[in-house]
Amino acid sequence: MQHLVQRLRILRGITRRGLMLACLLGFAVGSAEASPPHASDWPGDSVYQLRLSLTDQNGRAFDMDSLGGAPVLVSMFYTSCEFVCPMLVDTMRNAQAQLSAQERGRLQMLLVSIDPARDTVAVLQHTAQERELDAAQWRLARTEAPAVRKLAAVLGIQYRALPNGDFNHTTALILLDSQGRIVARSTQLGAADPEFVSQIRKTFAQGVGR
Amino acid sequence: MRAILGVVLLATALGALAQATPDVPYVDIPAGELRTVLANDGDRGPVSVAAFSLRVRPVTRSEFARFVHQHPQWAPEQVPRTFASAGYLQDGLETGSPQAPVTQVSWFAAQAFCESEGARLPSWNEWERVAAADADHADARQDPVWRARILGWYARPATGPLPDVGGPPNFYGVRDMHGLIWEWVDDFNALLVSPDSRDQGDPDKLKFCGAGAISLQDRENYAVLMRIALLSSLQAADSTTSLGFRCAR
Repeated sequence: MQHLVQRLRILRGITRRGLMLACLLGFAVGSAEASPPHASDWPGDSVYQLRLSLTDQNGRAFDMDSLGGAPVLVSMFYTSCEFVCPMLVDTMRNAQAQLSAQERGRLQMLLVSIDPARDTVAVLQHTAQERELDAAQWRLARTEAPAVRKLAAVLGIQYRALPNGDFNHTTALILLDSQGRIVARSTQLGAADPEFVSQIRKTFAQGVGR
Repeated sequence: MRAILGVVLLATALGALAQATPDVPYVDIPAGELRTVLANDGDRGPVSVAAFSLRVRPVTRSEFARFVHQHPQWAPEQVPRTFASAGYLQDGLETGSPQAPVTQVSWFAAQAFCESEGARLPSWNEWERVAAADADHADARQDPVWRARILGWYARPATGPLPDVGGPPNFYGVRDMHGLIWEWVDDFNALLVSPDSRDQGDPDKLKFCGAGAISLQDRENYAVLMRIALLSSLQAADSTTSLGFRCAR
């Protein structure tokens, strides 16, 4: 470090214009490294500010905010979970069943894995087939561990890896409006939560589109 | 010709500067085992913590000001509400001692800072392992005198500006783990998750000491338990005047 500074001092003596140019170059390198979380047209309180890249059960890469423009039902899960996670899919289906055909057709369902090490695309695909989840509406998705932690933080979902490979996690269904803002949350599993369903209807009534 | 050579050399040097690890002291923490105060769901043995490096000091106000200057999307007037709620850098970074620890930062902002120096926030287990040390021992948690001294800090009312970073080094050479600020950890929002995922009744109940303490192992270690209680009560966009951070890698 010390010698780098000395070298810079010597070089600075050679040409001032060179220094300015080099500073510009250096700055460009520096700013390219930063992950830009802003500069989107989503509102400041939108989950889509995260700019999250996901891969779905068919290996298709997509940005989470590509789901924007219509309401989205989102939750987090892991496929090796034996009890709660299958119920989560059932609960989402039950909520779907309460909607009109038109609403049902437009509601996107997104489940993001909290276990990216084991939930590969192949594993997600297997689960989607086993549970007969239509890829037009259901996205079972994975991303890298640091991004999982950020998504959980934004959604207010808690999870912790256990030494035996299981996870403890809070199970919550979260409704995003067409702009990606969290408008409702339900922790009720099993039968559809009537209040939550009426929130989904209300969100559709408020209109879709960006 | 010399001018061109200078430009090329300087660009290379500055490029290296921008990409190389910033000149910030980290200290290596060897792999080891930890009796964490968090319960491990039936497995009550110690947890292993892999080798990592930890920042010797918490991130200071001047360091954070430089970060915001380079990444203006993290300035209070720019940052999306999703990443920082109203109290974020509320008192600004211009006033006060530049060597005081930065506080009023959200978890997202702390993560982004650490990423900008090729690092991340430490996990709770990493933090707890280093925080267990006194000046001479890797694990001083059974020493009542040490415990009492740490607790003394929590008993002092938090008035006036925070002191500068740079307290005495502990066993690992890390400073200010106790007695200065609270610190964000990577998995701050996972510390009090119920051991049984079916226990969905009222997750908020778990966020408070009384109910949460049932899943904690070392109930005598109040100082550490208070940290868990505080972290568990926060959302990732929150910030407080005594909550800062340091990075790990």
